[in-house]
Amino acid sequence: MIARLGRLPWGLFVLIAAFCVPAMGSRFYTFLANDIVIWALFATSLNLLVGVTGLVSFGHAAYFGIGAYATGLLMKKLSVPFLLAFPAAGVLAGAAALAFGFFCVRLTRIYFAMLTLAFAQIVWAICFKWNEVTGGEQGMPEIPYPSFDWIPALPVVGGWRTAEYFYFLTLLMVALCLWALRRIVGSPFGRMLTTIRENPERAEFIGVNVRRYELAAFVLAGAFAGMAGGLFGIFNRGVFPDFAYWTKSSEVLIMTLLGGMGTFYGPAIGALVLILLNQQIVAYTEYWPFVLGTVLVVLLFAFPGGIAGAIGAMARRLTRPRRA
Amino acid sequence: MLEVRDVRKAFDGFQAVAGVSLAVERGQTAAIIGPNGAGKTTFFNLITGHLRPDTGAVLLEGRDITGVAPHDVCRLGMGRSFQRTNIFPRLTVFQNIQAAYLSHRGRGRDLWSSVERLYRDETDAVLASIGLLERSGELSGFLSHGAQKQLELGIALASEPRLLLLDEPTAGMSATETRDTIRLIDRIVRDRGLTLLFTEHDMDVVFSIAQKIIVLHQGRVIAEGAPADVRADPEVRRVYLGARR
Amino acid sequence: MPDLSFVFAQSVSGLTAAMFLFLIASGLSLIFGVLRVLNFAHGTFYMLGAYAAYQFVQWTGVGGGMFWVAALGAAGAVALLGGIVERLLFRHLYAKEELYQLLFTYALALILSDAAKMIWGTQQKSVSRPPELTGALSLFGATVPHYNLFIILLGPAIALTVWFVLQRTRVGRFIRAAALDRETLGALGVNVDALYTWVFVIASFLGGLGGALISPMRATVPGMDTEVIVEAFVVVVIGGLGSLWGTFLGAVIYGQVLSFGILFFPRFSIFAVFALMAGVLIVRPWGLAGRPLK
Repeated sequence: MIARLGRLPWGLFVLIAAFCVPAMGSRFYTFLANDIVIWALFATSLNLLVGVTGLVSFGHAAYFGIGAYATGLLMKKLSVPFLLAFPAAGVLAGAAALAFGFFCVRLTRIYFAMLTLAFAQIVWAICFKWNEVTGGEQGMPEIPYPSFDWIPALPVVGGWRTAEYFYFLTLLMVALCLWALRRIVGSPFGRMLTTIRENPERAEFIGVNVRRYELAAFVLAGAFAGMAGGLFGIFNRGVFPDFAYWTKSSEVLIMTLLGGMGTFYGPAIGALVLILLNQQIVAYTEYWPFVLGTVLVVLLFAFPGGIAGAIGAMARRLTRPRRA
Repeated sequence: MLEVRDVRKAFDGFQAVAGVSLAVERGQTAAIIGPNGAGKTTFFNLITGHLRPDTGAVLLEGRDITGVAPHDVCRLGMGRSFQRTNIFPRLTVFQNIQAAYLSHRGRGRDLWSSVERLYRDETDAVLASIGLLERSGELSGFLSHGAQKQLELGIALASEPRLLLLDEPTAGMSATETRDTIRLIDRIVRDRGLTLLFTEHDMDVVFSIAQKIIVLHQGRVIAEGAPADVRADPEVRRVYLGARR
Repeated sequence: MPDLSFVFAQSVSGLTAAMFLFLIASGLSLIFGVLRVLNFAHGTFYMLGAYAAYQFVQWTGVGGGMFWVAALGAAGAVALLGGIVERLLFRHLYAKEELYQLLFTYALALILSDAAKMIWGTQQKSVSRPPELTGALSLFGATVPHYNLFIILLGPAIALTVWFVLQRTRVGRFIRAAALDRETLGALGVNVDALYTWVFVIASFLGGLGGALISPMRATVPGMDTEVIVEAFVVVVIGGLGSLWGTFLGAVIYGQVLSFGILFFPRFSIFAVFALMAGVLIVRPWGLAGRPLK
């Protein structure tokens, strides 16, 4: 019975449920859902590096930030339509990932992590100080929403607010991106990345050019993070330098761990849980970092596989044939 | 098939390999033996590209592969197993072998297809030949040591090599396991017409299947030739049976 | 051409900052060298040292040598905390992946920094300088406070002490051996577990001392931990993870770059620091004095 439960198209159910959120009538819920959906993409993109390839990056927010600034600049200052500005975020972030990643993949483990951090801080510093282009410390407020004028004319979907249209758009874009990432992870390329994670020396000697594959993973992860950033800039009604600050990188890394690096949807679950938890806790106390730290410690000691890992373990225990 | 010309490798002043040359003919089975620290694994690493020789050359089928990166050396027709079992622990037995096919057949650039059913037949064939077909769904990290070594052999075979390099294939095995493993290796090598170069500690193993033996001691070749000749060589007897410092 | 006194003053301020950074970074480097872990919580130990010094001074005042007692007490308290954390919690993560150990130190930083907020609130805290060192000197036309001079002299003194401990004492030799090959050391009968605890304790002491000693110079305020940990990372990268003198040199260089950078290239100084870090990692990842990577 449990096994049959596992085979249901949960992804589809979640997507449909997500589409229904605005129908609940609360702008706050829609806002929250929008936040979660974007971070889910961000975290899943990081997991391509951490969970699939085994590369721990401390600077993933750099690409998030680059994507956000790219879309923000294009839409606000150059009036580029969303349908061009959004993929541009991915392309620009991917290009940056190519440039940075080229150097990063030459290093291993802690040095790799430190260099990703250094590059991210460089991006942050540029965003922070380049007043003419990025608005400097003040950032770029008032990024316009994409034009939704044509929608109210449509029969069924008319009648929502702009923020809700944007939510539907976000949901659609993120669903597409996650679908693409899913295919990548389940492809031969994805399997090669897994071999690198499991045993890079062995991977070399089945013919895998480890460095090249790592760079490819880095670029893809950066591109998708950039797209998440592009969406977030609009959602947030403004783009700010702290999008690229290392604390953002640590937030998304924690989400990935919380949800479970070992499964595809783990990080998305982590995003959901972390954002909801944050909402709840912040209402009661200002000591959110304390709570987060404690949750993290519990996780590290008791549930290293994250939430998804714990669910998976429980499911396996329930489906194991009972011994007489 | 394989020709090594006077390779040397030093680490911080310690000469691990001090001018070793050897040649292995196509289809031959050759063994490198020597006491611990003789430089066998370093020598292997020099051939496979994991290390770059300070001087000397390595030629595979006439082609100079000195200093070529391991992933390229593998593509040129060399397969290798490692002394410490090197598999992909969180992948299943099937996936371990399949990965080698995916890489070898150039499928690594495919970002779109579902990987599940690719190369099923070839993978099953290799699994059958190494005797792990019934366990193809198990996670390889949980296999016994002997089974993992068999799997490693399978991974090396899945790269469809013409030259197989095995580093201590029976290390840590019981007498029965050793016998079975050697029989398996011998059969596979003969069925596929592979050239085999392996290192070993176990003399019985070596003498049972090797056609040519190279004896390494302190980074140098001290004897080379057919098993009977090597067995009788006084220098070899001294190194193996004589008084150790 | 900026005048000499000005340049000198900048240099002094850069050196002072460098010495504080050295205290923190040396602990970070030590933990990395032996335990192979980057301790994100080290900045928080530094901050706790400052808060603890403030608290002790509240009880004892700064007169009559009490400042020094408070400072050492604060460092000791932080060292004790470090030891407890290592013994009770961190030890159990050694078998797990590095990422988990790293994230634990990050979690620790979150918990401890909020704990500090809970205890001492968010208002700035300040500590007076010890009366022994309230004066200033005039050198090359610049006014150099005695306290700064003290710090600038203390830095190398501590570096020498740590160096001496590492090179000439039994414990130091074990620590260096553990950094090279812990398994063999354990096999030789040395209690590697206790050694790790001691390393953590010593490193935490250094970090806490840094915080305690900076409390008269800079306001103690939440957020000083995240600010300093990134700087400490830059320093250890430049100097070489695991190297004592590398860390010292890295701190000095960092201090000067920041000090003069802010002056001449205010817009680029934060950029320059990370560019330097990236540059070192690209060209010479083991820094100025670390061990070359395999």
